[in-house]
Amino acid sequence: MTLTPVQTLIIVLAVSIGTMVTRFLPFLVFKKANSDSSYIGYLSRVLPYSAIGLLVVYCLKDISFKSPARWLPEIISIACITGLHCWKENTLLSIGAGTVIYMVLVQFVFT
Amino acid sequence: MNEKITALKAAFPHTIPVLTGFIFLGTAYGILMNSKGYGVGWTILFSLMVFAGSAQYLAITFLTSVFNPVYALLMTLMINARHIFYGISLLDRYKDAGRIKPYLIFGLCDETFSIVCSTNPPEGVNRNWFYFFITLMNHSYWVIGSAIGVMLGSIVSFNTNGLDFVLTALFTVIFVGQWKTQKDRKPAVIGVLCSVICLAVFGQSNFIIPSMIAILAALTLFRKAYRDQIKPCGEKESLQ
Repeated sequence: MTLTPVQTLIIVLAVSIGTMVTRFLPFLVFKKANSDSSYIGYLSRVLPYSAIGLLVVYCLKDISFKSPARWLPEIISIACITGLHCWKENTLLSIGAGTVIYMVLVQFVFT
Repeated sequence: MNEKITALKAAFPHTIPVLTGFIFLGTAYGILMNSKGYGVGWTILFSLMVFAGSAQYLAITFLTSVFNPVYALLMTLMINARHIFYGISLLDRYKDAGRIKPYLIFGLCDETFSIVCSTNPPEGVNRNWFYFFITLMNHSYWVIGSAIGVMLGSIVSFNTNGLDFVLTALFTVIFVGQWKTQKDRKPAVIGVLCSVICLAVFGQSNFIIPSMIAILAALTLFRKAYRDQIKPCGEKESLQ
């Protein structure tokens, strides 16, 4: 520990408050928004789709095209998950198989 | 009471991928905290009060450098800014949650959001308790995982390389599921395209906020295009 306990506690609070601001802000700001016709209502209907897109890209942000080992496992696994999910539509199967494929690829194929 | 047990039973299967991911990622986090000299107490406190993986990993660097809480606060706001989108997306779903609403919002991490925004409770299950138990279980997995990590310390040798991909897989499956059911795919395309372009332009550590701005701008432009058409498609129309 490089910080004193009090300093550590203040850091915990700072990080917690920072996170909570991002989570509570929309609910506080748009408390009275009419969700049927307003601009915010429109956003709340389309944003879930865009946000999941952003989240997928966020998870894949560390891939790099400098060497195949840094992007092929991700692309192959994502392709398998997509194919499997379109075919079987079984969430746990798609996630489980995709993860196992990825682990095999990074541990044994692209080492 | 029965209502709650039914909701708990209905919610659990949806959290299994998160259980796997969080036990692993939480353990890794605990091991890291332990290696910096932080015990079970501190680690559990962090996981209980923050409940945000990326911010907590980042916070380790705040703990091991010069004391600067303002910097910690600002960096956390930046890295978690994407949560603002989650709140806007769930304004309606959480509208009538009553006294559990603050907890639902408190626990709105990436994983909880991805399940809540894509899942409706089965017939006869109370919606609010269903979302409550998804949030509570995910929160518990995270706290338990990080506690396990600290206690294992440096004893374990890692042969679990790649297991964290389970969360990427979860988000991908939700994306594919949404893709198949939504009538209008523009929002999904906008989300991916804006993020990929901003990632290429701004780099991996700075692309989230530019992506959010780009997504908002693109969605706003498309809304204008809708309104210029005779009938807005995909929008609820008011009769007045």
